[in-house]
Amino acid sequence: MIRQKTNIEKLFKIINMYKPKALIFSGYGLNSEAETAYGFTLAGAKSEIVHINDIIDGIYKLDDYQILSLPGGFSYGDDTGAGNAYANKIKNHLWEKLLKFIEKDKLVIGICNGCQIIADTGLFPAFEKNYGQRDLALLNNKNARFTCRWTDLRVTARTPWLAGIKKLSLPIAHGEGKFFAKENDLKKLKTNKQIALKYEPGEMSKYLDLSYNPNGSVLDIAGIIDETGKILGLMPHPERGMFFTQLPNWQIKKEEYKRRGKKIPSEGPGLSIFKNAVQYFSK
Amino acid sequence: MTTRIGIITNVFDTRAKTRIEKLKNQGFKKIKDLWIYDIYTVAKKLDAKQLVSIGGKLSNPLTQSVVFRTKKIKYTPPQEFSFAIEIGFLPGVTDNIGHTAKEIIKDSLKTKFRDDEDVYSSQVTFLKGKLSENDAREISLTLYNPLIQRAHIKSYEQFLKDGGMDIIVPKVNIKHQPRVTEVNLNISDEELVKIGKNGIQNQDGTTRGPLALDLTFMKTIQSYFKKINRNPTDIELESLAQTWSEHCKHTIFNDPIDDIKKGLYKTYIKGATEKIRKLKGKNDFCVSVFTDNSGGISFDENYLITHKVETHNSPSALDPFGGAITGIVGVNRDTLGFGLGAKPVANFYGFCLADPTVDIPLYRDKNKSQKMLSSRRIMDGVIAGINAGGNQSGIPTPQGFVYFHEGYRGKPLVFAGTIGLIPKKIKNKPSHIKKALPGDLIVMIGGRVGKDGVHGATFSSESLNTGSPAAAVQIGDPITQKKLSDAIINEARGELLYNSITDNGAGGLSCSVSEMAKESGGFVLNLEKTPLKYEGLDPWEIWISESQERMTLAVPEKNWAKFSSLMKKRGVEATTIGKFTNSKKGIVKYKNKIILDIDMEFLHEGLPKRKMVSDKTSNTKQQAIIPNDMNLNKSFSQMLARLNIASIEFISAQYDHIVLGGAVLGPLQGSGRVNSDASVFRPVLQSQRGVVMSQALYPMYSDINPYDMAAASIDTAVRNAVAVGGNPDYIALLDNFCWTESNNTKRLFQLKMAAKACYDIAIDYETPYISGKDSMFNEFNGFDKNSKPVKITIPPTLLISSIGVIEDINKTVSLDAKNENDLIYIIGETFDELGGSEYLSMKKISNSKTPIVNTKKNLKMYKDFYKTLQKELVASSISIGRGGLAVAIAKKSIGGMLGVDISLKNIPGSVSRDDLTLFSESQGRILITIAPQNKKAFEKIMKGNKIRQIGVVTKKSVIKIKGLSNKEIVNIKLDQAKNQYRETFQNY
Repeated sequence: MIRQKTNIEKLFKIINMYKPKALIFSGYGLNSEAETAYGFTLAGAKSEIVHINDIIDGIYKLDDYQILSLPGGFSYGDDTGAGNAYANKIKNHLWEKLLKFIEKDKLVIGICNGCQIIADTGLFPAFEKNYGQRDLALLNNKNARFTCRWTDLRVTARTPWLAGIKKLSLPIAHGEGKFFAKENDLKKLKTNKQIALKYEPGEMSKYLDLSYNPNGSVLDIAGIIDETGKILGLMPHPERGMFFTQLPNWQIKKEEYKRRGKKIPSEGPGLSIFKNAVQYFSK
Repeated sequence: MTTRIGIITNVFDTRAKTRIEKLKNQGFKKIKDLWIYDIYTVAKKLDAKQLVSIGGKLSNPLTQSVVFRTKKIKYTPPQEFSFAIEIGFLPGVTDNIGHTAKEIIKDSLKTKFRDDEDVYSSQVTFLKGKLSENDAREISLTLYNPLIQRAHIKSYEQFLKDGGMDIIVPKVNIKHQPRVTEVNLNISDEELVKIGKNGIQNQDGTTRGPLALDLTFMKTIQSYFKKINRNPTDIELESLAQTWSEHCKHTIFNDPIDDIKKGLYKTYIKGATEKIRKLKGKNDFCVSVFTDNSGGISFDENYLITHKVETHNSPSALDPFGGAITGIVGVNRDTLGFGLGAKPVANFYGFCLADPTVDIPLYRDKNKSQKMLSSRRIMDGVIAGINAGGNQSGIPTPQGFVYFHEGYRGKPLVFAGTIGLIPKKIKNKPSHIKKALPGDLIVMIGGRVGKDGVHGATFSSESLNTGSPAAAVQIGDPITQKKLSDAIINEARGELLYNSITDNGAGGLSCSVSEMAKESGGFVLNLEKTPLKYEGLDPWEIWISESQERMTLAVPEKNWAKFSSLMKKRGVEATTIGKFTNSKKGIVKYKNKIILDIDMEFLHEGLPKRKMVSDKTSNTKQQAIIPNDMNLNKSFSQMLARLNIASIEFISAQYDHIVLGGAVLGPLQGSGRVNSDASVFRPVLQSQRGVVMSQALYPMYSDINPYDMAAASIDTAVRNAVAVGGNPDYIALLDNFCWTESNNTKRLFQLKMAAKACYDIAIDYETPYISGKDSMFNEFNGFDKNSKPVKITIPPTLLISSIGVIEDINKTVSLDAKNENDLIYIIGETFDELGGSEYLSMKKISNSKTPIVNTKKNLKMYKDFYKTLQKELVASSISIGRGGLAVAIAKKSIGGMLGVDISLKNIPGSVSRDDLTLFSESQGRILITIAPQNKKAFEKIMKGNKIRQIGVVTKKSVIKIKGLSNKEIVNIKLDQAKNQYRETFQNY
């Protein structure tokens, strides 16, 4: 018996070895690292939350991971512009390592504050692979206020992160989520197909009777990729929409399912994004 | 050398647009244009190259540009304007943006800042239009709070002449040699009273601010020091005042009153919990109650959840933003300070305010030099404070309320609460038990100490008047606290690097250290080791300062190296300032001299009990006859727009209620986005268990019948939780008493009656209290615009918060009607109980018949109702509260964006008229809908309870109600009802 158990443990160890490893940044006011890590874990990755100072100090090495995630939060209280101070910290200490990381076949995602950090470091749009150039900015919402609500999104570019997804609904929770770029660069984003996600009228904005674009974002942009598609930054939160009971309309959906004698789901749409990342490394 | 770095926004600036709109709404219609510069004043010598580099780091090159101004370099603005108004902080006020800018500069230039070097943030608003200097001054007053900020105005001409705004470095510069003075207590009683009231006298004759010690206390202190043959030092007296303050020791709630020898708290609140725990036996879920910074109950086999609700009233009246943000980050620390440290997982807020649409000028002094902020400013400020504190800390805020009454015009109430989560065991040690051991180091972590918040605890134990100290105002720094919180909860706690932890809140170190020292039996502290924000603080100030974002820990010496290196790596300042001992003495040294030496016993138990007497004669109101309402359609519609009923979506949506990923039932429910009185979330994502949180208050009932007021608050708080799926057997309560004139015998009688109801109702429901707080002097003594004295008292306010554990969140139910043809039921009985109701407030009628709670009947009903939810027979459910059945019907209908067809004929209970039936606030009622096929099963379980089907859900988009004689009394389009409900705060 004991022998058998040891074998199973060994087996798990082996399986774990082959799971893609996701590193989730934390520290200085990032705050969504736990649920983001849980999303990757549910999707089948091995996730680790690491304080940025421990990466700077070399205790953790980016090379050991396949997926890198900058989660949501309020790094440095949004002072000097959301994401700016954390982006400075990355540029001051981790930039070379990060450039090496993205040269390889790896995935990066920035969610909400993470997306703002990616914009401020210039990890996207990075036209002609010019990483570090700031060509996108995230401005105050059109109502000049932090806004927490659900939105509907259409996938408008090819990226491993959104493979197989045409549209999905996710919540936003931010004060500075209005994408801005110069006219010329907007054109480039379109021609390069780097606009990954757009707000559009859909199930949730209809259900809640709210305007579909929650923050006045130019071209309804909700998410952007770099030219390789491996770096995605998005303002909506997939980790806050990965369970059925996180949906704003789950109560009425539950009634519908029940009355039709259908099975009530447990997952929400956001989980597919984490699954895609794991899937990418399982091929 | 000092440089002003100006950041100019070159793209459309939403902040400027919002600001100009707001100013125009306030009557400044002559403003044609407005733009904003963000300023960083860098008081540090840097070369040109460094400055350019910093400018780049502090701005976004895509959307902003950078300008510089020094003594030598003048700045010429690119376009003409009328006036420029700069708003910056006063010296010593927490400047979070300046702090971040400094971090950025340090990190990118790899440089250090000397003590006399710093970065300060400010903002310049440029105004264009035909404005007079007076206009500019008036505008500036709407942009800043003189208690914490400075405004500086320049005309265009002056600006050009000077080459920009002045270079101002708001550095604290106190030319003062810290010293300890002896306070002579061999004085007359009158003089003792004076010291107790106004504080210790300085050499220049001024006083240091209230000690809030009355004669009994002062005489006790006098005789203690007489016995040891010396006078106290100032720090000793200040320390006793802090520890003995109403704010810390809750003397009014603890002292004997009439024939209640053990006092109200021990008899009625703690007494109820003790009895309930016995009644519940093996089903007792309380784990740590009343002994710690929060109350803790069992969540599942692995976790505890904690809850605590604080008030932060006095500071919020003076600086609403600062008051509210420190309120919320402060109560977060009550969570971190539970046991070995619980993680905050949900925030709660509550504001009691005056009508924001009416401005009645009030002054703190006769000369009208200290104007109180308008009710609208206070409202905007407290909302923004909770927004900043909660959102930046990454803690969801799913639940809260706003309640309006003119009694709050002089003193608003701000409630801030936090639910926490902690594993039951950490390294096999019960996590709720902590004990500082003799020999442990006293370690302070987090922010530094300044003059901010000196006398906060004694100040809040007094009513608001001219002498209220501005230094009592603090501003929270959520990010400093977040770093601290992460380091403790995610790292230090798991390794048990400390033996005990508590928050530095009221009374600062003086309270936290002496509280923890109870565990070990004494302390010795070296005060000069405390890290300060600036020099020049007297030892007594360091000792009692309430500077924010600090925790005190007991760290065993062997763990210090590991602990301090961990904190350093996480950017958290940690300093050893002393040692816990078992000497039975509290000793504070300053530069090797003993300046405080008090027996622990005297410090904690020395305060004398004062017997209080209450007076039950009350100015009972005549029962006015309620005129029959002939236009119920109109009243129904008007009620929905009442300040106390209308949608507060603008608050709910600006508070992040979904972070941490556990949201289940939020603040806005249904397609119609109706505010809910209860929320549900999952604190552990791996589990389907949930936590339900709710609250209730009925201040309008207090002066009519304080017993009924408290009973109704408890019943509603419990029922709100039950309505969404809470298990009536698994609900705990928190009490927050905010009273007024508590030295008045009649007010004390009201307090006694309310406390008695707290006992009676909780025992019947078996809902234990796990934590509470009281604030006894909420009144305003000041002057009106004619310099006439005014006194404004709040209505005695009892907030009851409820928290419950839900076994399966999938079985919770939201308030919105779900389906056409679903059956509408009312559960519970309706009576002609409208005393203190929202309806009678609208009609300006007083009536003595407040609702009476029937606990026996209700409890059976709640338990049976819970069974129907477990069987998933109910499609929607809303607890009937303020505004009565009418409002519940409207919310259900708007929530589902579906019509209803209802008849009040045969409604359970005993009612005499249609209007009274619609708007009665009888307790113990829930309005629900069920699918027709569930009728039989539902009624079977609910057998023996007073329930009745009163209507059906329709697709017609009309709310139709027939009266007691089956004649139509309300017929209102759903859209109209929705618009009424949303209109009141539409432009907030």
